[in-house]
Amino acid sequence: MLSKRIIPCLDVRDGKLTKGIKFKGNVDIGDPVEMAAFYYDEGADELVFYDITASYERREIMIETVRRVAERIFIPFSVGGGIRTVEDMRLVLLAGAEKVSINSAAVRDPDLIAKGASAFGSQAIVLGMDVKSVKPSERIPTGYEIVIDGGRTFTGLDALAWAKEGERLGAGEICLNSIDADGTQKGYELNLTKLIATHVNIPVIASGGAGSIHHIYDVFAEGLADAALVASITHYGTHTVKQIKSYLHEKGIKVRMRW
Amino acid sequence: MIAIIDYRAGNLTSVQRALAFLGQDSVITSSPGEILAADRVIFPGVGAAGTAMFDLKRLNLDTALLEAYGQGKPILGICLGTQIVLERSEENQTRCLGIIKGEVLRFPESICEQEGRRLKIPHMGWNRVNLIREHPLFSGIDPQSEFYFVHSYYPAPKEKRDVLGETFYGISFASVLALENLAAVQFHPEKSGRPGLRLLGNFCMWDGKDHA
Repeated sequence: MLSKRIIPCLDVRDGKLTKGIKFKGNVDIGDPVEMAAFYYDEGADELVFYDITASYERREIMIETVRRVAERIFIPFSVGGGIRTVEDMRLVLLAGAEKVSINSAAVRDPDLIAKGASAFGSQAIVLGMDVKSVKPSERIPTGYEIVIDGGRTFTGLDALAWAKEGERLGAGEICLNSIDADGTQKGYELNLTKLIATHVNIPVIASGGAGSIHHIYDVFAEGLADAALVASITHYGTHTVKQIKSYLHEKGIKVRMRW
Repeated sequence: MIAIIDYRAGNLTSVQRALAFLGQDSVITSSPGEILAADRVIFPGVGAAGTAMFDLKRLNLDTALLEAYGQGKPILGICLGTQIVLERSEENQTRCLGIIKGEVLRFPESICEQEGRRLKIPHMGWNRVNLIREHPLFSGIDPQSEFYFVHSYYPAPKEKRDVLGETFYGISFASVLALENLAAVQFHPEKSGRPGLRLLGNFCMWDGKDHA
């Protein structure tokens, strides 16, 4: 059967990691390629790069980073941030990424999902969803609303309805980020994860809130996620990917233990 | 020289990058001449069977592949390339190359986990391969290794002896096929970490003989 995936997420700006990540005797590593190689050796199942480069003209730097990463690691990785057109997708995929992730751009132009899926296949298109809790209403029956622009703009879209629409349009996977849980280190939003994971027939990657190794177990056992995104918990050396996987394995969650 | 067959079916650069990492020269080509001149051939592919077969025929690559197979060149099918070596695919009701007897079927919608939850299609992610017999392609690879899969259709060869490995996803299916100088894997070795690289490396050393 399929293994549950552990996916470290790296934020990149102008070709450098935004947070100088410290591990292994406090060596500060700013190069995304070195960091990718480190996680590859540690047994990460996949990687996510999130490009927060502000200016469009400097995006060529990100493409170069993707190319260098693809020469060093041989597991799937996706790239998100600033992808607005099919041509943007093409450049990233040709540089060696397996998948692209689209978020705000998909809300503004849902057809982008369909166009991307038809050009590159559904397996290459990840729908990123940022979600905030709101009071349930007629428009937002689940009480989970889609937000964009880094959480600043409410869209009036119900998270479950949008997930189903994304699947219908051809997204191959959903990366579900709870804005409420993000950065709290108090655990993933389990209700939201379970709601989406049980109502779509594409894999759901849970994101936001992992603070301990138990949270990761919970998001698989209770949230029924297919994969878990991790950031601070592995970047700052609280746990290694290998420790997380050994723990999950002991608790009976199927994970990839040989790499 | 290794020829990676280009029939406009997906991004082939990741296969080439993995070979480059292993120090192996390769060329991405749609030229039958170049394929027949190569020492070995990789037949990858992502997409739908119908379009793939259409493009293979249009570029005369179907005959080139059959000829390369007949010459005894080591050939490695990957993903869609693996499905196309069978006789027919349920996807777009496509007649395929027919090197291996059997067909390609879609995962049934009803496949479930042990707990009864419906399994998602495509089968996407890391899974194991249970080897049925020894083969040079898997030499030195830990049997507990996992490989990266992405597919909604699976090979269903007619003859048991053509099945080298099986994978379980709600049902057990043939994830690795082998017949003489042809080996074919449903997963993506170029995205499967060290075990995948090892498999590609083994292919580069393989003499094309199946010692079964």
